[in-house]
Amino acid sequence: MASGREAWITGIGLVSSLGDGAVDHGLSLRRVGGNPVVECESFSPNCVHPLVAFDVASQIHSKNDLRQMGRWQQIGVYAAGLALADADVAGRKELLDRIDIVAAAGNGERDPELDMRILENRRIWDAEEDAIGPAINDALQTGLRPTLYLGELSNLLAGNIQIVHKVTGSSRTLKGEEMAGVSAVENAVRRIAAGQADIVLAGGALNAERQDLLLGYELGCNLWAHPYQPVWQRMEAGSGGVIPGSVGVFLVIEAREHALARGARGYAVVQSVASGRARRSQPGEIRDSLESLFDTLSQGLATGPLAVLSGASGVARATAEELAFLDSLDERHFAPVIRAYGSRLGHAVEAHFPLGIALAALALSQGRFFPPFDDAGDIEVESGEVGPLERVMVTGVGHWRGEGIAAVERIPAGRVG
Amino acid sequence: MMSHRFTDKKGRPVVVVTGMGLVTPLGWGKQGNWGALVEGRSGIKPISRFPTDGLRTTIAGTVTPQNGCFSSAPGLTIEMARFAAEEALAEARMTDPSGFPGPLFLATPPAELEWPQRQALLEADVAGGLSGYKRLLAAARTGQFRSFFETFQFSSVADHLCVAFQPRGLPVSVSTACASGATAIQLAAEAIRRHETDIALAVGTDSSVQLEALIRFSLLSALSIRNDEPAAASRPFCRSRDGFVMAEGAAALVLETRRSAIERGAQILGVVRGCGEMADDYHRTRSKPDGSAIIGAMRNALADADAAPDEIDYVNAHGTSTPENDKMEYLSLQTVLGKNNLEATPVSSTKSMTGHTLSAAGAIEAVLSLMMIGAGTLLPTINYHDPDPEIPLDVVPNSARNAPVRTVLSNSFGFGGQNAALVIGAPD
Repeated sequence: MASGREAWITGIGLVSSLGDGAVDHGLSLRRVGGNPVVECESFSPNCVHPLVAFDVASQIHSKNDLRQMGRWQQIGVYAAGLALADADVAGRKELLDRIDIVAAAGNGERDPELDMRILENRRIWDAEEDAIGPAINDALQTGLRPTLYLGELSNLLAGNIQIVHKVTGSSRTLKGEEMAGVSAVENAVRRIAAGQADIVLAGGALNAERQDLLLGYELGCNLWAHPYQPVWQRMEAGSGGVIPGSVGVFLVIEAREHALARGARGYAVVQSVASGRARRSQPGEIRDSLESLFDTLSQGLATGPLAVLSGASGVARATAEELAFLDSLDERHFAPVIRAYGSRLGHAVEAHFPLGIALAALALSQGRFFPPFDDAGDIEVESGEVGPLERVMVTGVGHWRGEGIAAVERIPAGRVG
Repeated sequence: MMSHRFTDKKGRPVVVVTGMGLVTPLGWGKQGNWGALVEGRSGIKPISRFPTDGLRTTIAGTVTPQNGCFSSAPGLTIEMARFAAEEALAEARMTDPSGFPGPLFLATPPAELEWPQRQALLEADVAGGLSGYKRLLAAARTGQFRSFFETFQFSSVADHLCVAFQPRGLPVSVSTACASGATAIQLAAEAIRRHETDIALAVGTDSSVQLEALIRFSLLSALSIRNDEPAAASRPFCRSRDGFVMAEGAAALVLETRRSAIERGAQILGVVRGCGEMADDYHRTRSKPDGSAIIGAMRNALADADAAPDEIDYVNAHGTSTPENDKMEYLSLQTVLGKNNLEATPVSSTKSMTGHTLSAAGAIEAVLSLMMIGAGTLLPTINYHDPDPEIPLDVVPNSARNAPVRTVLSNSFGFGGQNAALVIGAPD
């Protein structure tokens, strides 16, 4: 595809288990031997990275708005507010009216207490076969709260960003687990390149601290069910390796010309995004898919050390094939310096790829890459150093489906993060 | 062939439609649907899929699976999408076994486990006297329920379509609530206009008539409770309208550049001239009292199409039959098209017959708009016996009408304030 206008990242909004705001994350991730924040008791035998305490009311002023949202929506709306403020567009109606939202979302949250009341009510389940249905009807009809549905609808994360932050250019919600996040970034960058958009708010949110969410992933036996280990060390268990992480991340992605005209500086430029879907019926197909995506991405990319922020989930096969792909890059004269950011932040599913882009932009604006996130294993420690940071490759391999990669590059005289 | 016919006034490739497929409560396939719609039949009936004891609304536009046996909402969502896509691809003569040579854009509803699946997990044999979610998680961990995983992921519907039709690249699944179907078409048109591809497949599909979704919409007071007369429950623009009727269906459209269509000798069914959208910042389920967001979406679609308001021959309304939507839509149309123009423009709601097919509606209604252009026949608003005096529209009342149609405005407005409009034109 002919590349058109450059897509600059001019705002980052980030909240996770590690901290509140982009600056916090920069500091935390640079701490050598820094420990991840993990909660392994509440959801035993599974672990999650719980969200840091954050002042939701600082971004969502109305109590009524807060009540109408599920926690994942609050996390996302909060992060979106941080991104808008960081890009210096918050409260500026003439800009907000032209910003296009592309949100990556899963489903919202169920009311776990109601589910439990129904699941544990023996009177429902022990009833005669044809009385079970009516009993569930009754329990749901009296138990479901009307506002909860709006907390559950995927597109209401974006809907709440519209209402709370007054972003009204357009609003689209993409779905499909990790690939929702890949497509959100890819769609934003492509529309900007082609002149179909000037300024886009793209990102997503995950509330990992939910049993209904864990159940969805555990149906495919995808979760890590042992004490915490960094991502690369979960492969050998042979199956589930996901430790979900609560994350809210939004990016303001903007055409270079548009940013310059309003005096905004960019953290980094998203040079290209490529995505695909391996069939995954045979071993090696994920790796092949990544290799062909890399062929598109690497045109014009100088060989040598290549900083890689890997979005590997820890699920055995996908993670192993991604590693094999990264290892093979030396055949093309690239020397990958690998950091799997899920080791520190957990797997944020829909929000995971935008999270990787945000961290890449942060590192580029600071001019240097992060120290290893897995300092006990050899994969990151032995992959060396990159020196002055000019570009970062972000990978996003779906735990079940889909592959994406992006090249993010330094902007000369860009913003210092 | 003059080259300018291949690009529009903005210099972009002209996007045409060369294949369409359709499933609604009125049937599987375009032909059967068209016959029923021209006759003004309703697809709404009492729900028989699950017990409705004690529920406020007990009717819907359900689609019966082709084998007669309902398994799960995503199961039916996939089946309908496959059928519609197959019909569209056959019409477009795009049946190369090596796969569809463009990307897939898919509008789908939220997917989550339903009570029958929770019940199955609850009843599975697991150790340790666990209860509640702990028990469900332990059952999941046994690995016996992987089929649930592969059906209830958000990417599941797209994944099944990828296996069946092998589109290029990563499928994109989109949700803008009741505007999703129109947004899928917009995403496809945008990709073609960016020269990323010459051809794309846009699909909208939804089988949301399941217990919790019904109760939730019901608790929002959004649904008609005219349970005793299902066929007359969806009555857009009537004074006695009392809510929408949930329904199911799917539609698929093959979109491609006019150049590609002509070069391969495909029949051109119509043109996607313009797409517009605007988000509302007012309320989660209601549009701004001044209608500015839906007005903006329509105006953006007209501007994108370079179409003047008086070019619109017919409006396929969002027309849900809720008290609020129909009034707001009328007032907004008056602003966009002008009072005099609107008086002379027929505006019908096919939801009077199909019910509201939610995520699929925008795609279904785009297909119906194209069929109306092709046939020179306007589909009616049925059940129109009680006109709302505050909505003085020519709704094509109760029976279909022969009339030449060249340019259609098709509206889709979603919960969450996500509004989309399409301008669809005749083939030449």
